[in-house]
Amino acid sequence: MTGLRASGRAWVFGDAVNTDEMFPGFAMRMPTEEAARHMFDATRPGWPALVRPGDIVVAGRNFGLGSSRPVPLLFKALGVAAVAAEQFNSLFYRNCVNYGLLAVAVPGARGLVTEGDTVTVDPVAGRLVNETTGAAGEGTPLPPLLLDIVRAGGIFPRLEAAGKLRPRQWRRGPRLVQLRACRGARQGRPSLDGNLAKEVCK
Amino acid sequence: MPETLIQKILRARSADGPAASAGVGDIAICAVDLTVLIDLQFRHDRLDDVIAVHDPDTIVIVMDHAVPAPSVNDAEYAKMARAFAAEHRITRFYDVGRHGIVHQVVAERGLARPGTVLACTDSHTCAAGAFAVAARGLGPAEVLQIVCTGQTWHLVPPTIRYELRGSRHEWVNGKDVFLHIAGEYGDATGHAVEFGGPGVASLPMADRRTIATQGAEIAADFTLFPADDVCLDYLAEVAPGDDLAELDADPGASYADVRAVDLSEIGPMVARPDGVIGNAAPAGDLAGTRVDQAFIGSCANGQLTDLETAARILRGKQVAPGTRLIVTPASQQVYLRASRLGYLADLAEAGAVVTNPTCGACFGYHMGVVAAGENCITASTRNFKGRMGSPEASVFMASPATVAASAVRGTITDVREIMEAS
Repeated sequence: MTGLRASGRAWVFGDAVNTDEMFPGFAMRMPTEEAARHMFDATRPGWPALVRPGDIVVAGRNFGLGSSRPVPLLFKALGVAAVAAEQFNSLFYRNCVNYGLLAVAVPGARGLVTEGDTVTVDPVAGRLVNETTGAAGEGTPLPPLLLDIVRAGGIFPRLEAAGKLRPRQWRRGPRLVQLRACRGARQGRPSLDGNLAKEVCK
Repeated sequence: MPETLIQKILRARSADGPAASAGVGDIAICAVDLTVLIDLQFRHDRLDDVIAVHDPDTIVIVMDHAVPAPSVNDAEYAKMARAFAAEHRITRFYDVGRHGIVHQVVAERGLARPGTVLACTDSHTCAAGAFAVAARGLGPAEVLQIVCTGQTWHLVPPTIRYELRGSRHEWVNGKDVFLHIAGEYGDATGHAVEFGGPGVASLPMADRRTIATQGAEIAADFTLFPADDVCLDYLAEVAPGDDLAELDADPGASYADVRAVDLSEIGPMVARPDGVIGNAAPAGDLAGTRVDQAFIGSCANGQLTDLETAARILRGKQVAPGTRLIVTPASQQVYLRASRLGYLADLAEAGAVVTNPTCGACFGYHMGVVAAGENCITASTRNFKGRMGSPEASVFMASPATVAASAVRGTITDVREIMEAS
């Protein structure tokens, strides 16, 4: 199924990697793009600068232990295409589905992959393939209910399509400025952010 | 088929009706009875884009994480929360001054009703499991969806049951019970955790709430206690008038594992830095470890009884030179009562700093952030590396009594040494 599979260079992480490592508390003050540059500051400093769009994260057991902070947004901001783990923390897994980040749980995933290998993640089949070595692992395929959410790109596009959420098509720039600008534009008010408003809210 | 507590609740609230199956591994689409929004989610979430909420009467807003606003950005998001409440006519809005940490507010206002489904984006939402509520942390996007649709899905998890017997020692807290379990049995990823057995009746709601809250730290999907007399009495006191029924698992329900725990054998426990899973030890084993900062607060241990314990230990004593003690009541109600009962004065006299109610120091955001090389002992919820400030700080976790005793000595201390010595 196109769009629901990803192949890319693998980064390998350990067991019980927690959300505070991925999204440090202090970074919660920052816009998403900036916060993403602080992923793993405490445990793998400098990692975000090494990530290339399309890369894939492979991890061990209980991946994403911790809080509900929207870590998948940070992974997506860095260009990470998918995450595979031996086992996900369920809150983290829900977040991946709900923010439209491809995720698959495959027992033994870490043993199949050496950092830098090229891997393919296929959540629909519940499969992780190491294209470099030919090794493959099987996990649980994504249930149809969740597949629908991932296929839509997450919850936001679905709610927009259902007419429950006002569509927004901006992508870049400080969140707060965008919000002010969008609100100003919606209300038809000229503002200091007028030009930006036109750009981000069209 | 006999059912575990989580199976019972999810089946009863299933959109397919109470006759639907809730077998382990099934996905249940559930009506959500109460959705609680917090200040922080007005940041990354798109609540200001919501066209119409499903039902304003099932939504509550609680300002807790960044209050009073420590930055202009936080102030802006708080403004958005107020605008959202006004636009969507949400009347149960616990703004600064009527606020508290969300799970404390949910408990003390009687908002957690046994047998219901509760949604909130904070990961310690499992706290409401102390009231036999199917409550768990959900991502901000998912909570947004619930705000719009009034429902979500839950995967019915297998359940690990802790069969409790005996009763806890005077200086032992729900925190010690939890740390014992986390240290001994490790994580519960992908499972619900259920407490039962004859020992449950001896645990006051405060201890149950601490234990249920901390379930997130062992990666449990839900942490549930039965709605028994203790639970229903608590609810009748805080929210009188409602007719509530007892709720418990069925005898003969099927469990992934059943583990016996004798409460009377548990002593004061401390988790070593960087997580609680398989990482706890009796307080005595870590005795002598230097303490730079001691913290009592959070949704787990900022309750009135926690402040009373701390005040009792600190009364007539002083926080050790070179150590600072920060106490954060979990809500305005706790703050007010602790003030009237003299606990806050006892704490301040001993040299503690009492802050306003907030999540604050627990998530390293404000009101007591720690520096590199410092040791902190905390009665809060979580001790991941970097959680409370610098990633080069060491954060130990313990009960309010252990934290208070350690603040007095300036080193990690078994509270019984101080309080039972004479």
